[in-house]
Amino acid sequence: MPVILATDLIVYFIVASIIYFAFAARGEGAAAAAWRSLKKNRLALLCMAILGLYLFVALLDSVRYRDPVTGEDGAPVKTADGREVWSPQALSLLERSLSGMMTNTEKTYSAPFADKLFAKESIELPDGTTARDYPKLRHPGNHWLGTDKVGSDVLFTALKGVRTAIVIGAGTTLIIVPFAIFFGVMAGYYGGFIDDAVQYIYTTLASIPGVLLIVAFMLLFGTTGFQGGLITDSQLDFGVFIFNDRLFWLALILGITSWTDLCRLIRGETLKLRELEYVQASKAFGVRSPGIIYRHIVPNLMHLVLITFVLQFSGLVLAEAILSYIGIGVGPQMGSWGNMINTARLELSRDPVVWWNLLAAFVFMFGLVLPANIFGDAVRDALDPRLRYK
Amino acid sequence: MLNYIIRRILYAVPIIIGVNVLTAVLFFYVNTPEDMARKILGDKNVTPEAIENWKTDHGYDLPAFINTAEGGVRTLTQTIFYQKSVPLLWLDFGRSDRNNIDISGEIRTRMWPSLAISLPMFMAGLAVNLFLAMMLAYYRATYIDIWGVVAAVALMSVSTLFYIIGGQFILGKVLKLFPISGYDTGLDSLKFLVLPIIIGILASIGSGVRFYRTVFLEEINKDYVRTARAKGLTEGSVLFKHAMKNAMIPVLTNVVVSIPFLFYGSLILETFFAIPGLGNFTIDAIQAQDFAIVRSMVFLGSILYIAGLILTDISYTLVDPRVRFE
Repeated sequence: MPVILATDLIVYFIVASIIYFAFAARGEGAAAAAWRSLKKNRLALLCMAILGLYLFVALLDSVRYRDPVTGEDGAPVKTADGREVWSPQALSLLERSLSGMMTNTEKTYSAPFADKLFAKESIELPDGTTARDYPKLRHPGNHWLGTDKVGSDVLFTALKGVRTAIVIGAGTTLIIVPFAIFFGVMAGYYGGFIDDAVQYIYTTLASIPGVLLIVAFMLLFGTTGFQGGLITDSQLDFGVFIFNDRLFWLALILGITSWTDLCRLIRGETLKLRELEYVQASKAFGVRSPGIIYRHIVPNLMHLVLITFVLQFSGLVLAEAILSYIGIGVGPQMGSWGNMINTARLELSRDPVVWWNLLAAFVFMFGLVLPANIFGDAVRDALDPRLRYK
Repeated sequence: MLNYIIRRILYAVPIIIGVNVLTAVLFFYVNTPEDMARKILGDKNVTPEAIENWKTDHGYDLPAFINTAEGGVRTLTQTIFYQKSVPLLWLDFGRSDRNNIDISGEIRTRMWPSLAISLPMFMAGLAVNLFLAMMLAYYRATYIDIWGVVAAVALMSVSTLFYIIGGQFILGKVLKLFPISGYDTGLDSLKFLVLPIIIGILASIGSGVRFYRTVFLEEINKDYVRTARAKGLTEGSVLFKHAMKNAMIPVLTNVVVSIPFLFYGSLILETFFAIPGLGNFTIDAIQAQDFAIVRSMVFLGSILYIAGLILTDISYTLVDPRVRFE
């Protein structure tokens, strides 16, 4: 029985758009020209491969289904009216392929590759006496990045954070692109009152400090949605979907605070395009405005969208960590590097120091944000070298 | 000039009113006073009477925007919007929901600790960023420049949280150079301020250096710089006497916008270092779900941002003679 979260749909959509761009790059259009110049940059290709790896993990973590509940004899349990009963847990492909990592928990902290627990305990020796020593792990040597305070595998927690980061980094921009294009083109193409109104809206929104607007929205809306964990029937829409997904709200809210830059860029570019000869020519031929916008304006804005998409990615991933740290990001049951940092923030002041939690979060975040930054610059240079972001 | 400033301020008025209405809609209409009361009194075991009492005590017992029970002007004035949100326009922030403290007074006392870290951080950070960016521009297209940019991109890929946690660990705990966190009054506060300031600057270096370097390089590639070189001026003189001076115009406009925000302090730095500034105040209010404080801080932040934009426009007309007061 599949379960599809609103954010799963976003991940599918990200993958679909990338496949679309891959096909577009094989043709002869602007995408192909950009790809030819990007292909020469080996570092950018390496970064693309790393980003692809992260996206693959996120995709694996976004395909989930529920198993039927089985009785003691192994046969599926049925309700009185003959319907199958589904387990309240929808495990993703990632969780299923790493099920060993997920269930092999220890009692508390253990260092990477350790075979003993990190804290001394009273152990009963075979001869009946008790001694204080480090007890043996249940799964010695299996935790490549150690275990955290409650004994779960750190590598697994960090891998679970990948999907959250990808959804926030890429999904946020995807959600807002249609709105930014619509309002930006309207303002730039029609001018006059519409332009004034759109400019007023985005100036007002932009003048509220981003973090505080997000905080306000999350305090008001973000408390109800699905936050990971067990699924109840009341959360399901049409039996398989969960639209009330806290991570989706977070992406949407981050989008509301970040669409203004893109909208402003698109408005400016539309103002410029509107005066170009081929647009004037179509006007003279009697093509209606919607036709001109669809055929001539929007396709020429796509490079701005793509550049914004890759350049905003890293900033959004970093912002998610800070929001989760403040406690208004994703829920505590959802894997997130911000949550990892939040629970581990005092571990460096322990003695001896527990360092592997923070190191794992650091390595995973750095490993995503650094390639994203380099790749973003390369894409910008390939598409529009004149465009400079602050 | 005075005319220009006045007109520029008048442009800001509709935006400030827009922010005010938007926050009011968010905090009074979407999130009703009932929700607020329930969150503050605790979700379980709250009687309707207790909620009504809380609303009366805190002035939330009125309709949100239009009071149909009253006549004339009082239809609009006897509402939560007029009583709670409109006073924000003349910076009367009222009292907090939870402990009934005077928000304006709290802002006045807490802005000094905020300023004590954000002002030196801003000045020293700007100096460091500009200096490093000038170095990279001077040695452009050499290994120093290439590796400098690589380092800058790497530095900006690290989350602020790691700068803080790592800085506290290395400089505070291992090397024991500074106290890890805390605050004191007067000159004693100095030893508490150094560590957050250093960490704040470190966290800003990556993106700052990279941005200023592009600004400088753009200026260096302009025609008048080539002319200066053709005249036979030395490289140092070309860079520092001609190019840098003009590059300061975009730098200035980029910097001025953040000056009013210095009062606001930093949300994350202040909580980690237990500095009793405005950022800390805001985070506490968020965690306590005190909506009156969050609303005040949202509005204050917007006003400071708009003030920054106005200052930017004014400074632009001052330093760039090509810009006229239209």
